[in-house]
Amino acid sequence: MDTKKKIEELAKNIIEQLVQQQNPSMTVPIRSLSNVYFDKKSQTLQIHENASTRSFYNVNHVRKFVQTLAVAAGSKKLVERDITVSIRDLYYNIKRTLPNTKIDLLDSQTESDKAIEDLEAITGLPRERLGLIADASGTVSGKVVIEDSGDTIDWSKLGSGGWAIPSDVENITFKSVKAKYVIYMEKQAVWHRLHQDRYWDKHNCIIMASKGQAPRGVRRLLIRLSEEFKLPIYVLTDFDPWGFYIYSVLKYGSINLATQSDTLAVTGAQFLGITADDIEHYGLKKHFIKFKDVDMQRIGQLENYDWFKASKAWQRQFKLMRSYKAKAEIQSLSNRDIQFITNTYLPEKIKKQQFVE
Amino acid sequence: MGIADELAKQQRAVSIAEFFERNRHLLGFDNKKKALLTVVKEAVDNSLDACEEAKILPQITVELIHMGEDRYRVIIEDNGPGIVQEHIGRVFAKLLYGSKFHSQRQQRGQQGIGISAACLYAQLTTGRPAKITSKVEGKKARYCELRLDTKTNEPQLLAEREVDWDCEHGVRIELDLEAQYQGGSQSVDAYIKQTAIVNPHATIIYTNPKAEQLILTRVTQELPPQAKEIKPHPHGIEIGVMQKMLENTEHTTMQQFLMNDFCRVGAGTAKEILSNALIQVKAQPKSLRAQDIEQLMKGIAKTKIIAPPTDCIVPIGEELLEAGLQKEVTAEFYCSKTRTPEIYHGIPFVVEVALAYGGTQRGDNAVNVLRFANKVPLLYQMRSGAVYKSIVETGWRTYGLNQSTNQLPVGPLTIAVHLASVWPPFTSEAKEALANYPQIIKEIKLALQECGRKLGRYVNKKKKARAEQERVSVFEAYTPVCAELLSEITGESKVRIEQHMTQMLVKNKEFIMKNKGIPDGHEKEN
Repeated sequence: MDTKKKIEELAKNIIEQLVQQQNPSMTVPIRSLSNVYFDKKSQTLQIHENASTRSFYNVNHVRKFVQTLAVAAGSKKLVERDITVSIRDLYYNIKRTLPNTKIDLLDSQTESDKAIEDLEAITGLPRERLGLIADASGTVSGKVVIEDSGDTIDWSKLGSGGWAIPSDVENITFKSVKAKYVIYMEKQAVWHRLHQDRYWDKHNCIIMASKGQAPRGVRRLLIRLSEEFKLPIYVLTDFDPWGFYIYSVLKYGSINLATQSDTLAVTGAQFLGITADDIEHYGLKKHFIKFKDVDMQRIGQLENYDWFKASKAWQRQFKLMRSYKAKAEIQSLSNRDIQFITNTYLPEKIKKQQFVE
Repeated sequence: MGIADELAKQQRAVSIAEFFERNRHLLGFDNKKKALLTVVKEAVDNSLDACEEAKILPQITVELIHMGEDRYRVIIEDNGPGIVQEHIGRVFAKLLYGSKFHSQRQQRGQQGIGISAACLYAQLTTGRPAKITSKVEGKKARYCELRLDTKTNEPQLLAEREVDWDCEHGVRIELDLEAQYQGGSQSVDAYIKQTAIVNPHATIIYTNPKAEQLILTRVTQELPPQAKEIKPHPHGIEIGVMQKMLENTEHTTMQQFLMNDFCRVGAGTAKEILSNALIQVKAQPKSLRAQDIEQLMKGIAKTKIIAPPTDCIVPIGEELLEAGLQKEVTAEFYCSKTRTPEIYHGIPFVVEVALAYGGTQRGDNAVNVLRFANKVPLLYQMRSGAVYKSIVETGWRTYGLNQSTNQLPVGPLTIAVHLASVWPPFTSEAKEALANYPQIIKEIKLALQECGRKLGRYVNKKKKARAEQERVSVFEAYTPVCAELLSEITGESKVRIEQHMTQMLVKNKEFIMKNKGIPDGHEKEN
C-alpha cells in the first residue's frame, strides 16, 4: 500500500470513530526492549504484536495524537508533490499555535522527530517513504563506480573527501565494483587515515565510515553491497560498550526501528575489532580510559541481550572488558605508529580472519 | 557655690532635651514620617489600654489635619475613663512617668515614655503646647494646655478651664507637630487598619489629611478578658530592674523581699537562692552593694524555680483574630491558630497566627506580613525580627506557595502573627521588632505550620478543581487543529468533523473533569 493511502486510512479511521462517538485512537507499536525479540531464524530484532493506543480524549495523549496527525498531513503533502525534505524542514512546516491559545503544537524539533518515529511505526513505512530524508550520512571510498540521479561517480576519484552517502541509496546503480570486502568504521578520523594511505587501493576493498551509529543510508548501502555483490562486511569500532552496540544495531537492528529490521539489519556484518585480544596482543592497555559507572551499567545491559547471550565469544569479550574496568579507542593503535593501523593492524586482522561471533 | 548650682541646672536642662535628641530613633522619631505614626500610635495604644482597664468598649477617633508645609495637627479622642485632673500634667508632660513601668501585666504600652515623648516632640518642633481635654464620669470636662519644662522635667500648665464636652467620659489630645504624611505599609493608614484587626472589640474612626474618612466598626461586643497582673519571675529579671526593685521594696529582709515581690518563690526557694548567692537571709535589700546584686543574679540563675503562671496572658483568640482579619483583608480562605502559653527567660507568652488567602490579593508578590505584639501593629524593622525569620524558615512550598530559600513565600496571602506577653522582647526601645529568641521562633513556626497545613489543604483542593477545568479546556484547545488536519488529509468537511468533536466533549464533560479522559476499552500508557 502506498504512503498516501496509508495516511488517508489512518485519518478516515479516526473520523469514523468520531462519527460513532467513540474516543478516536490510533495504534502505535511499542518500541521498547520488552516488546522486541531476537528472531533466531532471521538473526534480527523483531517486534511483538504489543501496541499502545493513543487516544484524542486522554490528557496524556492528546498532544502527541495531534502532533502525529500533523506529521501525517505534512508527509502526505510531500509525497503528493514528490519531494523530500529534512526532518527540520518538516518541523517548521507543521509548527503552529493552537487558535485562541498560547499553546504551540510543537515546542521543539524533538517533539516532531518523535512523532515521525511514531508515524513510521504506525504505518510501517520508513521515513524515506514519508517524503523525509535523514541527516547527512557517512563517507565511502573504494574502486567502485556508480550512477546516481544520472551522474556517474567513481568512488576512487573523489579527492580527500570521499563520497558523501545520501540517506536514500535505493536508486543508485552500481556500474563496477572491484572489491574483496568492505570495512565499516564508527570514526571519520580513522577513515581519513585509511583513505589518505589509499588502503582501499592497496588492498582492493571499500572503506566506509559514519560518526557513531550508522545512519539508514550507510546501512542500506552495506546491505546492498553485501547482498548484491556478496562482499564480507567487517566492522571496526572502539573497544567499549558503545562501540559494541554500534555493531549490534548494524547487524541485528535497533529496538527503536525493530519494525524495519528486515530492511535495515546488515546480517552479514562481522566484528573485526577492537577486541580484548587486540588489547593484549598489541599492548593497548597503557592507553586505557577508565570506566565510568554508566559504562559498567551499559555492559550489564549488553550482556543480557538475547543475541549476545547466546554467544560465548561475546560473553568472553564482556567479561574481559569488565575485568579491565576500562575502554580503548581505535586510535590508540596510532601510539605505535600513525600508519600502524594501515600497515600492520588491518592486514594482519583480515589475514587471520578472526571475528567475534 | 552659686555658679556651681547654675551649672548643675543648665546641665539638667540640656540633658532632657539632649536625652530626647539622642534617643529620637529609639523612641520612634527618626524622621518626620515616622514621627507622625509614633504620635498616633502612642495615643491610640494608651486609649485602648485605658478602655480595657476600665472595661469600656473603645471608640477612638483619629484625625490628621494638614496645617501647611510640614505641619500637621493630630487629634485623638477616646471614650476611656478619662484622667483625673491631678495626673494630667504628669501623664502628658513628664518623661518616664507612668504606672506601667514596674507592672507585670500584658499591656500595650510599657515604659510610660510614649505619650509624653510625643508631646515633647510636638513642643520641640512647633513650640505649641499639648492641648488636653479630659472628662471623668460624673465630673465636668477640663481643658488644659501643657508644656514640659525641659529644665526640670516637670509639667507646666499654661491654661486650664472647665469646658462643656458632650460625652460621659474620655480624653481628647490635640498636638501640632512637624510631620510628613505618606501612604504605604508603614503609614498611619496601615497602622489604623492593622490595629482594627487585632482589636476586634474597638471602633476606630480615622480621617486622614486628604479628608478621607475610614470607619472601622467593632466586630464583637465582648471585651477581651482582662490580663491578670503577676509579680515578676526571678528568671525573667534583668540586673537593672532588680536594682530598682531592691531600692523600692517595703520589705526589710532579703527572704521577705524574694518571697513577696516575686512569683513562684516560697521560703524554701528564697533560702536556696540566697544560699546560692552567699547572701544572708536577713540581709537588708537596700544595703546590697553592686557586687552583692551580681551574686544575687548568679544565685537566681543557679536555682531551679517553677515556671511562672501563664493565666496572665490574654490572647485575642482564634475566632476573633480571624474575624478581625476578615474585616480588613478580602480573601477567600481564612484560618488561625492560638498556641498554648510558653515561657522564655521566665516570661510567659502566647503566639497566635492567622492566614488570609486569595481574594483580591495579588499572587505574584511576596506575601503580606502583619506583625503584632500585645495587640499593637509593628510596622518597622520587619527583616530583623523573629516573625520574619520564622516565616522565611518555614517551608511554604508544601502548602502550595512559591518560595526561594530564605525568602518570604510568594502568593496571594496575608500572614498575621501576634505575640502576647507580659513583657514582649523587642529589639529596641522603639518596639519595632520582636527579638530572635529561640523559644519564640519555635512557637511562631509551630503556629505557622499548623495554619500552613490547613492552607495547603485548601490550596491543593483549589488546584485540583482548576486542573479539572483545565482538562476540558485542553481538549477544546486541540479540537480545531485536529479537525483541520483530518479534513486536510481526507478532504472531508472541517466543520462537520469539529461538530462531532464538540458533541463528544459536551457529552463527556463531567466524566472528563473527574478522569483523565474517555476510556477506550484497552487503555495503556505509552
